[in-house]
Amino acid sequence: MINEFKHIQSAHCENGVTTSLFQHHGVDFMNEPLAFGIGSGLFYIHIPFMQVNGGPALSFRTMPGAIFQRTAKALNVKIKRKKFRSEEAADDYLRKIIDEGKPVGCQVGVFHLPYFPKEYRFHFNAHNLIVYGYENGEYLVSDPVMEGVNRLTAEELNKVRFAKGALAPSGHIYYPESIGEVSDELLRKAVVTGIKRNVRDMLKIPGSIAGVSGIKYTAGKVRKWRDKLGVRKAGLYLGQVVRMQEEIGTGGGGFRFIYGAFLEQAADILKNDQLIGISEDITAAGDMWRNTAVQMAGIYKGRITEQKDFDQTADMMLEIYAKEKETFTKLSKIKLK
Amino acid sequence: MKKEDIPQDESALKNVLREVVYAKDDDGKYTSALSQGWNVKKDALDNAWDDVNEKIEEAKQAVLNGEKSPVYYFKEKCLMDMPTITGYTGFWSFTVKRHFKPSVFKKLSEQKLAKYAKAFDITIEELKSPDLS
Repeated sequence: MINEFKHIQSAHCENGVTTSLFQHHGVDFMNEPLAFGIGSGLFYIHIPFMQVNGGPALSFRTMPGAIFQRTAKALNVKIKRKKFRSEEAADDYLRKIIDEGKPVGCQVGVFHLPYFPKEYRFHFNAHNLIVYGYENGEYLVSDPVMEGVNRLTAEELNKVRFAKGALAPSGHIYYPESIGEVSDELLRKAVVTGIKRNVRDMLKIPGSIAGVSGIKYTAGKVRKWRDKLGVRKAGLYLGQVVRMQEEIGTGGGGFRFIYGAFLEQAADILKNDQLIGISEDITAAGDMWRNTAVQMAGIYKGRITEQKDFDQTADMMLEIYAKEKETFTKLSKIKLK
Repeated sequence: MKKEDIPQDESALKNVLREVVYAKDDDGKYTSALSQGWNVKKDALDNAWDDVNEKIEEAKQAVLNGEKSPVYYFKEKCLMDMPTITGYTGFWSFTVKRHFKPSVFKKLSEQKLAKYAKAFDITIEELKSPDLS
């Protein structure tokens, strides 16, 4: 059984799964930036006292699963999700839904994904892909970060669906059960809600580790890393910051640029030209993040390793903090409807 | 970022995929294009792997010196942290830590060894006498 399905490549897996599944069910205007914006995907958080792969635990986007869930809710789409104890039950259920003609979103771990380059396989369990058919003991897989589609044997798919460790997927699957008419008004409302929630997430979460203040928090840490950890380990930590920001398999995706693209579309949907200005600002913030990554690379490549280089990196991050704070404050003052 | 500034450096993704990147076209409008890779990312990834390989090497030496059991070595080799190894084996973390001791490891039942072998995707023989050359 193979369902007709259009593979769409995207920068980030969850945006991609959302886009493809919605398009498949007739919401043909859906695209990656729109899913990311309606789902309020942009974020920043640095969780202290926690480590990921022996480095700092931070994220440049909202928690896994939220983008899909929020976008579905905003557009009145009913979602069915399920987790499993046994691999057999998970496999049977997946086949059943595919037989009903529905492509299915799956949460998986990347460590055992055979089509991923080996260098990218760490134990990261919040990757998303779509299974849209099966034949001869193999599943047909549309992984949004890949250029084309892939095939996995039933064993290979089971292995990644039941990967273990942090955020273990436990065979988690999800798919739209029913989608009604998505009117222009509903779309406008969804875009406004998405923007407002993102403003809240970036500016209003109490504490110093989440939203724009999280960037300031990391800047403070970066300043101390050389003394505290030594040049080599501090370099590894900076490398992890860059990988979280940019790299597939760990979450990356150049999120500031995706959000800039979303605001450009939002300006059109809401007929509000002020949003174009905000899109420019967030693009500038994205460029600043990339410049900071270049600076960090100078450190982990061992080209610049003095304390002043760490200070300069921290200062660059403080500038990003100021820029994003100003941008979201401006955004919060725009009247949207 | 402008579309023409999207980096096209050679990376581990070569021959596997190019990544989608959002950038501005000549008219200042957002568009997406494909990137082969970026040296800044490549170096960060290479660094992470150097670190992983160093830890594997250290673990290997610790087994050769009789300080640690092969469980410790394979945990590092499979890039596992504690939640990952406990997830795959079903053992508690203090149990796993006990099994890092060569003296405790020697007395493990076949059943327990089989759990580790499955988690590490190796045979029980390989687990008992790992190739540390």
